[in-house]
Amino acid sequence: MKFYTKALLAAGMITAAGWGSGTAHAVDLTMYYPVAVGGPLTNVVDDMVQRFQKENPDIKVQAVYAGNYTDTMTKAMTAMKGGQPPQLSVLFSTDLFTLMDENAIVPIDDLVGADGKGWLDSFYPAFMENGRIGEKTWSIPFQRSTIVLYYNKDAFKEAGLDPEKPPATWAEMAEMSKKLVKKDASGNVTRWGVEIPSTGYGYWMLQALAIENDQRLMNETGNKVSFNEKKTVEALQYWVDLSRKDQVMPTGAIEWGTLRTDFLEGKTAMMWHTTGNLTAVKDAAKFNFGVAMLPAKERRGSPTGGGNFYVFKSATPEQQKAAVTFIRWMTSPERAAEWSIKSGYVAVTPKAYETEAMKTYVQGFPQAVVARDQLQYAVPELSVHENGRIYKIVNDAVQAAVTGAQTPQDALESAQKQSERVLNRYR
Amino acid sequence: MVAAAMISARPKTAKRLRWAANANAWLLLLPALVLLATFTHYPILATLYHSFFSLGRSGPATFVGIENYQAMLEDDVFWQVLRNNLVFALATVPASIALALLMAVWVDRKITGRSFLRLAFFTPTVLPMIAVANIWLFFYTPDYGLLDQILRFFGFSGHNWLGDPGTVMTCLIVMVVWKEAGFFMIFYLAALQTIPPELKEAASVEGAGRWYFFRRVTLPLLMPTTLFISINALINSFKLVDQLVIMTKGGPNNASSLLLYYIYEVAFNFWDTTYAATLTVTLIAILAVIAITKFVYLDRRIHYQ
Repeated sequence: MKFYTKALLAAGMITAAGWGSGTAHAVDLTMYYPVAVGGPLTNVVDDMVQRFQKENPDIKVQAVYAGNYTDTMTKAMTAMKGGQPPQLSVLFSTDLFTLMDENAIVPIDDLVGADGKGWLDSFYPAFMENGRIGEKTWSIPFQRSTIVLYYNKDAFKEAGLDPEKPPATWAEMAEMSKKLVKKDASGNVTRWGVEIPSTGYGYWMLQALAIENDQRLMNETGNKVSFNEKKTVEALQYWVDLSRKDQVMPTGAIEWGTLRTDFLEGKTAMMWHTTGNLTAVKDAAKFNFGVAMLPAKERRGSPTGGGNFYVFKSATPEQQKAAVTFIRWMTSPERAAEWSIKSGYVAVTPKAYETEAMKTYVQGFPQAVVARDQLQYAVPELSVHENGRIYKIVNDAVQAAVTGAQTPQDALESAQKQSERVLNRYR
Repeated sequence: MVAAAMISARPKTAKRLRWAANANAWLLLLPALVLLATFTHYPILATLYHSFFSLGRSGPATFVGIENYQAMLEDDVFWQVLRNNLVFALATVPASIALALLMAVWVDRKITGRSFLRLAFFTPTVLPMIAVANIWLFFYTPDYGLLDQILRFFGFSGHNWLGDPGTVMTCLIVMVVWKEAGFFMIFYLAALQTIPPELKEAASVEGAGRWYFFRRVTLPLLMPTTLFISINALINSFKLVDQLVIMTKGGPNNASSLLLYYIYEVAFNFWDTTYAATLTVTLIAILAVIAITKFVYLDRRIHYQ
């Protein structure tokens, strides 16, 4: 009996809540967002949301921190399948095909007003590439990055290298790393030359190496990958050789999450990591460090990375409009500059770099623009149908190679075969 | 039983009584039945149903027969996680049982600091797995983790414990045994205290040694508990995967992945819900076989007091 009464009561309350939100003046928005780097970024987001609400009293935004990118995607999709989707979310820019296949999102073009086209064109084109398919814009860049090389200037000096000359080519990086490796009396390594993370975002690092070797990993329609091309194999071979042949990088999988600590503790003289970690490194480093573009083989290059805003289809037209208002506020030059300064992510529009705040910041800390300058060489991040599955396949292949379980050739052949099986359906 | 006794006693009113007794019983069972049906039986049947259909991401789901199961048999990752799970079970179950027994026998005796020892042994059980995994993640961190610091102190070189497919499974097994053994110890402790002291006296009168007594009297009397624990440990080895989320995400290259974690990945990272249903049915089948073996076969071969 009691259960029944309670259930009835709950049902009544839910209905009442439904009416309540329908008649109230404020538009309620729920947004999920991820944090994949160090530093107290949730506070920054909360603070920005507060200020937005003050300026826009008719829109209420509930910003929910939902873990890393994968967790946030899981949460958004689960909520959607459970019938309670958020109205907007920050998700991987590369989740686009998956979200489209699930029929979850709407194009932004239809929601922006008359001046919308100008706004959409104000972003860096490299960041828009992951969000545009055909004629439509499906997502708006927010926390975007490229991979950069962080290096310990003090360690460079100690090893007799010029701290203002980071490696510019693959060969240089391997050579310099050899000089940077430090061993204790009993021959154990106390400082490695360079570390490239192989967990979590292994596919991203492989893509960077492949781009530098002048090889793209996917086509524009997101249904073809080229993992077993000769140049991709060479890229992975170089990575594996750094640990197994040159012995300047630890063997085994290198953890994405603890790599920043490794660098800050001086356990490695160089690391490849997202520029999104820049402010966290800056705040915690007890030594002089530099930031450089990734070294080149055939060319410079890095994939873009990071998260975009998406607007969900199930939101009411009113909510979708409000969501776009919020997104425009968050990506306006001042806010983009603020977000970039507080995190290290690349500000998403060129105008953000013309703001006073940004100019002053860059003057004192020129490392902040390296990732932006690298944009001219950047290529969209690996983004295909069934992205989650493909990422897993590539990550497994990378890990199989760096742990020595398979040769780069075998690992990538197998990854290609598995991916073909998955992507066949989308041709 | 009650109803049956009544029937034989008063055949006239038997039918009505039986009905009343049955209705009463059904009413008492109802809450549990409703909960089980809604949250256990229905989901199992729905999972089974979905495992025979296509995903239907673009268009309606169609019946595909055993196609999903055929795909599973051809899935290398499935075989690997199954193998991993087997290794994981075969290593954690006997080790945690042996350790639990050892600890229980130790703290069963009258020694100083007995309560403290019991508490210490039981503490890992109270901690959430997520917390435990985070603590052990620090132990295993290369170079500056606890394990490497100790090794380094003795002049050995460090090792990338969780990043090496050769060591990652052992690392997880050690941690899980540490976490589980304290819980099983409690059962052994309770069982040890039900063994009548007369047996011990009688045995010492007969001149039996301590080891002999333990082997021939204590161990057989503990068998029901051992069976209970081993079934629990076995089932746990299939359903405990929290540590993977924190420590390895099943890597490197699936070396530490277990069946349930793979199901999670397929369902919530790949959004392939029908294949996840197929894998789930397989997992349920494995667990059902374990349960049936216990109830039908093992229970008969064990001496209950």
